[in-house]
Amino acid sequence: MTFIHAFQFIGNNAGLLWHKSLEHMAISAVAVGIALAIALPLGLWLGHLHRGSFLAVNIPNIGRALPSLAVLAIGLSFLGIGKLNVVVALVILAVPPIITNAYVAVDEVDTDAVEAARGMGMKPRELFAKVELPLAVPLTLAGVRTAAVYVVATATLAGFFGGGGLGDIIANQASYGLDGVVGAAIVVTVLALATDGLLALAQYLITPRGLRGETELLGAADYEATRAAAETA
Amino acid sequence: MNGFVLADSGPVIPNFGRGSSCVRDNHTFCWSWVKQHWSDTLGPALVQHIVLTLVAVGIGFAIAIACAFFAHRYGWFERPFGTFAGILYTIPSLALFQLLVPISGFSRLTVQIALVSYTLLILFRNTLAGLRSVPEDTREAARGMGLSARQMLWKVELPLAVPAIIAGLRVATVMVISLATIASFIIDEGLGSPIFHALQSDFNTELIAAGTLAVLLAITADGLLLLAQRLITPWARTRRA
Repeated sequence: MTFIHAFQFIGNNAGLLWHKSLEHMAISAVAVGIALAIALPLGLWLGHLHRGSFLAVNIPNIGRALPSLAVLAIGLSFLGIGKLNVVVALVILAVPPIITNAYVAVDEVDTDAVEAARGMGMKPRELFAKVELPLAVPLTLAGVRTAAVYVVATATLAGFFGGGGLGDIIANQASYGLDGVVGAAIVVTVLALATDGLLALAQYLITPRGLRGETELLGAADYEATRAAAETA
Repeated sequence: MNGFVLADSGPVIPNFGRGSSCVRDNHTFCWSWVKQHWSDTLGPALVQHIVLTLVAVGIGFAIAIACAFFAHRYGWFERPFGTFAGILYTIPSLALFQLLVPISGFSRLTVQIALVSYTLLILFRNTLAGLRSVPEDTREAARGMGLSARQMLWKVELPLAVPAIIAGLRVATVMVISLATIASFIIDEGLGSPIFHALQSDFNTELIAAGTLAVLLAITADGLLLLAQRLITPWARTRRA
């Protein structure tokens, strides 16, 4: 019964949910954008140098272990209630998968391909732009996709920390009732699945044509497998 | 009658446990509060958190490893189960908890169903990848020694898959520790419960203490599993040397 009421809630409050969804996606986009600006260049560059695995793999591993609620809670004591704390926490959570995957992707580009490019007289910069970067695209994007889905999911917690978004409804059962909470939960779920699907499409389109056939679209689990491989190696 | 009593009780001033001046003034962090409330708040929450995590990872591991064995034997099973677990993995945790409430209520069952669902994908994928990573030469040798399919699984493939399985367990355990803090939306257990309590009363020390405990628990669990892996698979180390 609750689910029927929840869908009725969605129908009756389409405007509210639309507004909250936009807010939700805006916070997530800002956080992912900042995380990309920090982690992508750093990860790719360290991978190119084959150096700094401690910075690109080991430290992010600890970052990955941080419970999202704990990061938000500790941040609240220092940054206060509001969007700033939420965005900072989301950036902290989004950086590790992006940086680790970018690093591993470039670091593990086939040495034969790199040798061949050097033999053709490519300078390090050309080698990076024309050989390493294209070959690193699938795995790097898998990291971005993982981070984005994780951020959209975690942004739900923002409602409890004054950050807005759909979490506002989920955090406020007193006003919206269980129907509203379940309704908002359904909308968040759709948003997360849609983000994953859209980024899978983007991943396919950005992946160089020659690589599309042989590599399957890498998703969240493959990121974890990469992590596991990076650890056991 | 009620109104009278309320009027009589004076203004409501947040009371953070009648403790030291540090606690009364709500400074960023007060050791005295942590010491005073370890036995009645933080300690029990930590123990509950560990129990929630162990149960969820245990059940998830049992399901995932059984499904991975099945998928290893019958390849067609990988895709449907992988897709199913992938969708579960993508659902935001807070939403999944709420979606289960109409079905199983505000109970431990709700929390465990959600936590277990998140472990499945990683444990399944890693176990299967581990089982499949056994070199063909090794399989040939085992077959040549006359091992049956069952013996091959238990004596050759499974031991060689241990590093991948434990790598999966590490990720899954850390994730469950993180998600179990969110479980206190549903039940008043685990380290999330002091965090929510502190959120409502806006009390800094409790936020930081419980948050830090959750972080330390995650890092400790990760380290312990890594240690376990090194102890169980000594050959993985010698191969590198």
